Amino acid sequence: MGRTLAAAIGLASIAAATVASAEPPAGAASCSGCHPVSTRVTSPVPRLAGLDQAAIVKAMQDFRSGQRAATVMDRIAKGFTDEEVQAIAAWYATQK
Amino acid sequence: MKASRREFLKLGVAASTALLPLPALAQGAAPRVVVVGGGFAGASCARALRQADGRIAVTLVEANATFTACPFSNAVIGGLRELSAQQFTYDRVAADGIVVARAMATAVDAQSVTLADGARLPYDRLVLAPGIDIRWDALPGYDEAAAAQMPHAWRAGEQTLLLRRQLEAMDDGGLVVISAPANPFRCPPGPYERASLIAHYLKTKKPKSKLMILDAKDAFSKQRLFQAAWAELYPGLLEWVPLSKGGAVTSVDAATRTLMTDFGRHQAKVANVIPPQKAGRIADVAGVADGTGWCPIDPVTFESKLQPRIHVIGDAAIAGAMPKSAFAANSQAKTCAAAVAQLLTGATPSAPKLINTCYSLVAPDYGISVAGVYQPSASGQLAEVPGSGGVSPAGAPRATRAAEALLAEAWFRTITDETFG
Repeated sequence: MGRTLAAAIGLASIAAATVASAEPPAGAASCSGCHPVSTRVTSPVPRLAGLDQAAIVKAMQDFRSGQRAATVMDRIAKGFTDEEVQAIAAWYATQK
Repeated sequence: MKASRREFLKLGVAASTALLPLPALAQGAAPRVVVVGGGFAGASCARALRQADGRIAVTLVEANATFTACPFSNAVIGGLRELSAQQFTYDRVAADGIVVARAMATAVDAQSVTLADGARLPYDRLVLAPGIDIRWDALPGYDEAAAAQMPHAWRAGEQTLLLRRQLEAMDDGGLVVISAPANPFRCPPGPYERASLIAHYLKTKKPKSKLMILDAKDAFSKQRLFQAAWAELYPGLLEWVPLSKGGAVTSVDAATRTLMTDFGRHQAKVANVIPPQKAGRIADVAGVADGTGWCPIDPVTFESKLQPRIHVIGDAAIAGAMPKSAFAANSQAKTCAAAVAQLLTGATPSAPKLINTCYSLVAPDYGISVAGVYQPSASGQLAEVPGSGGVSPAGAPRATRAAEALLAEAWFRTITDETFG
């Protein structure tokens, strides 16, 4: 029983690690409500997948400070910390 | 001796399982997740579960072959759009490897969901996304028969078309009345967008007509923006009667299309009664709805506070500061899917951040929006991140409003593609 449990826990942590690495960071999953994932969609809102990490970070900083004109992104950018923006940008940069 | 030893072992295994429930994936079996309800919440969640972990066997239970979207259905009522532009099938959802069970879920227990034909779907985790039901007992005179005379059009489809046909059949000079409910209800700015687009129709086609909103509230979503736009676009045509001025409808008479308030009675040529609502029926059946009729949830995992291993997302959930919108439903669906995928491996989901963005059309080329960012608060609710969010700026130029109208349409294309495309 003890061995089975230990094996099961081992399996669980491996599985968790596998999933966690693909897991989008907090907030990232919500972006695709407006930013299309699919190239089928025609939208003035840019796809985020594969964009340069630094470019996403700069855009979010400029939206937050008001340096870049926005409709809703100024209001949304104010809800994220620098660390969260870095993590989201890093994740999108690796997406296809 | 042998038998008793076996009994002892069985008991021992049962006891340790009860103390330390192993996640389905750790037990080596393909975990089964059943999602009930194929709207923006349920269909998005089913897809996000498959994307999060391809080992999860996902079944989506939905009674209808076609989904009819509520966002932009006010444009159908106002004659600006056809209902077919609101409709989506589940073909692409099924193509993702999701089993789509086209049936009504009739019962839920701790292990399985029962369908109308008696079939049982066992689950490791269950996600309920039933949307809303109308409270047919909440407004005297307003039952399902009355809705054929005074449509609610708050679940899109035939009701949407009925309200549109009634407006088209009305003679110029008629009175249209919209009754708006108290909070909470699906789509907080919805009644006011609807009033705007009906006003646009009347101004264009039947300019001697009047529109009155009888409201059970003294304040509403995007209120200053709506009221400024109404004064600019529909002066003298549209009147909003708040609670404090006698706006709360206390009963209706469907035969004469009359709406009663404490202050008087209003006989309408066309009456749109948006009645009080509650979580869709299966939430009550599953025991996840509380005395309010809605479903309390954990803000990290969306797991019910009333039933373990059952999650509730979308309009049916009590999601704190998050409004009951399609965007919120989609955002919650993806958050919940990630949490469920982690729970199935035995991992602990970390605190999420969610977004809502909600556009309303005041006229075809005049859009306004509200946006917010949300996180779990110390009190265990989803709360708005301080300093974030808000509505479109007051006094913005018409070019900004036109841009937001285009962004509203782009949003609809994007979210329906992610959910159904």
